[in-house]
Amino acid sequence: MFREEPAAAAWPARPARPLRIASVCGGGACPGHRARPSMGEDTDTRKINHSFLRDHSYVTEADIISTVEFNHTGELLATGDKGGRVVIFQREPESKNAPHSQGEYDVYSTFQSHEPEFDYLKSLEIEEKINKIKWLPQQNAAHSLLSTNDKTIKLWKITERDKRPEGYNLKDEEGKLKDLSTVTSLQVPVLKPMDLMVEVSPRRVFANGHTYHINSISVNSDCETYMSADDLRINLWHLAVTDRSFNIVDIKPANMEDLTEVITASEFHPHHCNLFVYSSSKGSLRLCDMRAAALCDKHSKLFEEPEDPSNRSFFSEIISSVSDVKFSHSGRYMLTRDYLTVKVWDLNMEARPLETYQVHDYLRSKLCSLYENDCIFDKFECAWNGSDSVIMTGAYNNFFRMFDRNTKRDVTLEASRESSKPRAVLKPRRVCVGGKRRRDDISVDSLDFTKKILHTAWHPTENIIAIAATNNLYIFQDKVNSDMH
Amino acid sequence: TMLSKGLKRKREEEEEEEKESLAVDAWWLDPGHPAVAPASPAVASSSLFDLSVLKLHHSLRQSEPDLRHLVLVVNTLRRIQASMAPTAALPPVPNPPAAPSMADNLLASSDAALSASMASLLEDLSHIEGLSQAPQPLADEGPPGRTTGGAPPGLGALDLLGPATGCLLDDGLEGLFEDIDTSMYDSELWAPASEGLKPGPEDGLGKEEAPELDEAELDYLMDVLVGTQALERPPGPGR
Repeated sequence: MFREEPAAAAWPARPARPLRIASVCGGGACPGHRARPSMGEDTDTRKINHSFLRDHSYVTEADIISTVEFNHTGELLATGDKGGRVVIFQREPESKNAPHSQGEYDVYSTFQSHEPEFDYLKSLEIEEKINKIKWLPQQNAAHSLLSTNDKTIKLWKITERDKRPEGYNLKDEEGKLKDLSTVTSLQVPVLKPMDLMVEVSPRRVFANGHTYHINSISVNSDCETYMSADDLRINLWHLAVTDRSFNIVDIKPANMEDLTEVITASEFHPHHCNLFVYSSSKGSLRLCDMRAAALCDKHSKLFEEPEDPSNRSFFSEIISSVSDVKFSHSGRYMLTRDYLTVKVWDLNMEARPLETYQVHDYLRSKLCSLYENDCIFDKFECAWNGSDSVIMTGAYNNFFRMFDRNTKRDVTLEASRESSKPRAVLKPRRVCVGGKRRRDDISVDSLDFTKKILHTAWHPTENIIAIAATNNLYIFQDKVNSDMH
Repeated sequence: TMLSKGLKRKREEEEEEEKESLAVDAWWLDPGHPAVAPASPAVASSSLFDLSVLKLHHSLRQSEPDLRHLVLVVNTLRRIQASMAPTAALPPVPNPPAAPSMADNLLASSDAALSASMASLLEDLSHIEGLSQAPQPLADEGPPGRTTGGAPPGLGALDLLGPATGCLLDDGLEGLFEDIDTSMYDSELWAPASEGLKPGPEDGLGKEEAPELDEAELDYLMDVLVGTQALERPPGPGR
């Protein structure tokens, strides 16, 4: 554990490197994120129109970003929102004119993934909010991703079309059949270039697999299967089969009165296709081996930290509930987020985490109030950088935190348009908890708990991060040198 | 600083601790609020208890409750309840506390406040769709009804979520009714008094039985509640 201390204005992994914002995409700049009456006209726009940045349009619930995910190369960034829409950004190739500047992200495609549904049997409305998006590893020219709401997972295929055939023999240019008597010679149709069109089509719909709310999906390293987890069960699907799934974890008690624990997140191991982990509301992690049994109710390993007796309270269990779990890229570690901390676990050590980092320990004395306003139930995500040396997670007041595992330095940054200009270096923030107060410090009592950064993502190889702040997406880049170190 | 340390220590020490904690931790309560004024140790827990009951109430009112939220609130409620001084409002339970589980502690302590809170909660929950036959343990109408006989007792609210349509097809139509269980209203968890006094059949209370809280006890409970609690309460029994 190390205490929060202000880092220099620097990217934590390289102390002397300033962090520059490459592009800021506000709620108005991304056509897909604005609740405009006519959506159709925006689908052809591939560039961000920066004039929208100043147009602080109305904010509707539908625009709230609910998930952010880079694809495996980092070329594409997908966001899902509360309105069931998915917006994909693509990184522009490096400009030849400025070889040192890295490509920026522009809107690539927008589509409606899920619609609100009504379950007539139970008289319940099923929200269209996208809970998670996961990319499939690219196997051909097309890109594929899985997106899910509370109940249904969908596989989407994204393809590009930049050529069209011309010179049909039997059809004219408008597609009408020609009068055969006018055809005097035969020609071979040729492919002519056209304006790039990005087409998205739903390829599979995996429905009726879950009674409870889906909280996570994870694609297996075998690229053939994936799993989906709800509060009580985890199912294994084959990507090509939609009418059947295999239940691999079931923690529903025979008597619901005995229910004391739910599944909160799950993920496949990045390299071992038989291993996966799931976390619980009681703060435990279970590593399961699918080779051991068809139903993985018995874990192979149970990772649990004993409760700290000096910190016990009525809220101990709530704050220990794990909201996110992520394997490191190496596959050697797991990262978990609970209400106040992020923890790094070594797969070989079940008794306690390897490292614990305090995200906002100053909230420990405010738990009662945070329980009252339900903030204590907020689910924050966490992320590794490409080299597994830095971890990141969000907090309140549009702050997000980064911890360098090697130097043990940490930094608090803010994602907001007011405090950051495009291309400016992000200034570290500091929350003061009494005692000496510096000029730009924020006091604990003036934190805005409605501004939560729940969803963050890190480019798989470079120092580029995507931060979702309510309905705004921020993309920050380390401009000087974005190679992995 | 916490509301309750949880370590075993003398009762007075614990009360001292809670007294101190109350001053620091209960800043979320309006200082002028009557609940804070007496600063008695029971009040802190009981206010948190009330808050938790309200949260549970609110959570269960959702058309599809957030199971994680529900489970965390229920577990917190159990912690609070376990730490509160058991009141001797009702006759002692003849059953000895068997397993050390939280559920059994709930049964054994016969907490008047808990049962009364739950009772009013249950009454309000009858408004939830699909539970039109929810029994009203404190109403004068009589014994609770059940949608189907033989359904096992359970935290019925949680089971409201029911099976997916896929599973329904597997079970056939019987599955539809099996999972709609209203035993939440007559399960041990919510009516500890009756469970203790009359060990019912294995599947919970039958049609003929109702939690035995007569008018005199109801009035007493109301006095207890009105006397110790200052937060807004859901409508009490006997309205």
